[in-house]
Amino acid sequence: MPVTAPLDTDGFVVSATFLGDVAAFASGEGSVFFAGGPETQTPVHKNGLLCATPSLDGKSLITGGGDGKICKVSADGSVEELAEQPRKWIDIIAAGPQDSVAYASGRTAWVRLKSGEIKEFQLPRAFAGLAFAPKGMRLAASRYDGVTLFWVNAAGDPQELSWKGAHSLVTYSPEGKYLVTTMQENALHGWRLADSQDMRMTGYPGKVKSVSWSAKGKYLATSGAQAAILWPFMGKSGPMGQAPLELGVRGDSMVTTVCCHPTEEMVAIGYQDGMVMAVRFHDNAEVLLRRPGAGPVSALAWDKKGNRLAFGTEEGAAGVITLVD
Amino acid sequence: MSEAADSRIPVTVLTGYLGAGKTTLLNRILSENHGTRYAVIVNEFGEIGIDNDLLVESDEEVYEMNNGCICCTVRGDLIRTVENLMKRKGAFDAIIVETTGVADPAPVAQTFFMDDDVRDAARLDAVVAVVDARHVQQRLKDTKEAEDQIAFSDVILLNKTDLVSAEELAGVEAAIRKINPYAKIHHTERCQIAISDVLDRGAFELDRILDLDPEFLKKAEHAHDHECGPDCDHDHDHHHHGHDHKHDHDHPDHECGPDCDHDHEDTHSVKSYSFTVGDLDPKVFFDWINQITQIQGPNILRMKGILSFKDDPQRYVVQGIHMIVEGNHQRDWRDDEKRESRIVFIGRELDGAALKTAFEACVAE
Repeated sequence: MPVTAPLDTDGFVVSATFLGDVAAFASGEGSVFFAGGPETQTPVHKNGLLCATPSLDGKSLITGGGDGKICKVSADGSVEELAEQPRKWIDIIAAGPQDSVAYASGRTAWVRLKSGEIKEFQLPRAFAGLAFAPKGMRLAASRYDGVTLFWVNAAGDPQELSWKGAHSLVTYSPEGKYLVTTMQENALHGWRLADSQDMRMTGYPGKVKSVSWSAKGKYLATSGAQAAILWPFMGKSGPMGQAPLELGVRGDSMVTTVCCHPTEEMVAIGYQDGMVMAVRFHDNAEVLLRRPGAGPVSALAWDKKGNRLAFGTEEGAAGVITLVD
Repeated sequence: MSEAADSRIPVTVLTGYLGAGKTTLLNRILSENHGTRYAVIVNEFGEIGIDNDLLVESDEEVYEMNNGCICCTVRGDLIRTVENLMKRKGAFDAIIVETTGVADPAPVAQTFFMDDDVRDAARLDAVVAVVDARHVQQRLKDTKEAEDQIAFSDVILLNKTDLVSAEELAGVEAAIRKINPYAKIHHTERCQIAISDVLDRGAFELDRILDLDPEFLKKAEHAHDHECGPDCDHDHDHHHHGHDHKHDHDHPDHECGPDCDHDHEDTHSVKSYSFTVGDLDPKVFFDWINQITQIQGPNILRMKGILSFKDDPQRYVVQGIHMIVEGNHQRDWRDDEKRESRIVFIGRELDGAALKTAFEACVAE
């Protein structure tokens, strides 16, 4: 089994990220913990840390908290406060191009540009998820009954994509051709953006709470079943009419978190019981990376080269697994 | 299931019309030194006078589940907020949800049954309504929500009792009892009440359905099967409220005659019905309860039952909200207990006679 350097955090691991060579773990209690850097822990939010995402340059972690603050945490442990919405819980965050950051609470979302300027966006119902398009300053917001696509800098009416039901997470395929949401019901919904063609991906026994695009956007890996479900997106019509891959099938535990390898056709899979496996797409070959224990896996991240995997669990266990030295 | 301790976070839902005193009750709960740490979900910060880290404002977002059922609604914002709270599991012991005065309590309650993640993390403990003794009669005439809130509640604080006369109070209580004979009613001034009467009630735990409220079904039984005479020697002490025979006249078996002296000015559309029979055929019963909750789900607000299945040594307990029905075996019937099947429906425009006939048809051959 590969070598694991364990680390204890003080709470639910909301996210794991590599900032260069340093692994950063955001804890729900409000701190970010580090492995392999000059600092081991830095307090960020006073009232719980609810969401975190790496900046596009991979050098910092953007966090949102119950104190209404949006912060930028660097590998050296320094914290910069980017914005504050007093008395709001910031539980949705997305990092965009040119150091922009989008965040939301209730029916309002904000985009903070590099200059410090903040733009506000409203919806009649609550924001559920945010994602920047890979190109251009375009922001997708999932919501009840669909997705709204806002232009961040340009004037013009937002584009609406409708599909009945409550949408949660939203993600663009890496080349920007598809937009996919997770739903309150046990399903994904997708749109081919060129013609707004709907794509329905169903059959999950549980809610999908983790999604990850594989290298070059060939597959979208998802949680929500007793295996990682990977929908093929290389054809012209995405996954329509095609069966997904089912990797790391287990009879006794649900998949809670998935994270595709940055270059290889391989996915790291975290389970409800705390187990972590890496599974290769073409032959379903499995490597056990962590034995069960310490709560459901809540966060996974590969380093840039895909040599090391950071993981965290709902009960605060975390660590870095080295596959290739 | 009775053996394993439930480690899920208890959730108390506070309902009540604007101005009834919900915020007063909330401030009282939060300011009392009880050692319990609460996460509080409010619609508006408003006049919550307590500085609490885990006080969160949440816009009520009612979602229809995508299953074609109009009564399968949940609060999307609550799902999110509970998920967020679970990232700080160590920071609090219980959750209180305060709803707006005009809120329908059903989506709030259903959220804790219909969303798997929420259900895994939290359990609905009780729905508590604060009712303004002086204004509730008017509210009941004007609105559907006030009636729903009372019908849905496990605990009712009949508040501001100092602002009404004893006669008015008795009238208000009778009106509440007509809608919901099974909730615990407490008379309060400025929501002064022991916190233990409001929190940790276990009202939705199948295990505690009877333990919690021994009269819950006994009372219903006597309303239907037993005429109280002067020689009655059984216990008429229904604690906290006077024994009101008037509401007993409301049951579906009653034919109103010209001599009837009870109140016919009843504008309430929500009523409760209870029925008692002997051993049931489980297959017939489950077919019926599934069907009736599918068809009449929107009109059934709450349902509870304790059932005796033929040749089954264990009692079966069942409860429901609209179309959601859950049930489980509870424990062995005791030797000193009478084996029987009792069920209660609280709902709007229910056909009591038809329900009774159908329930009786579930009796085992």
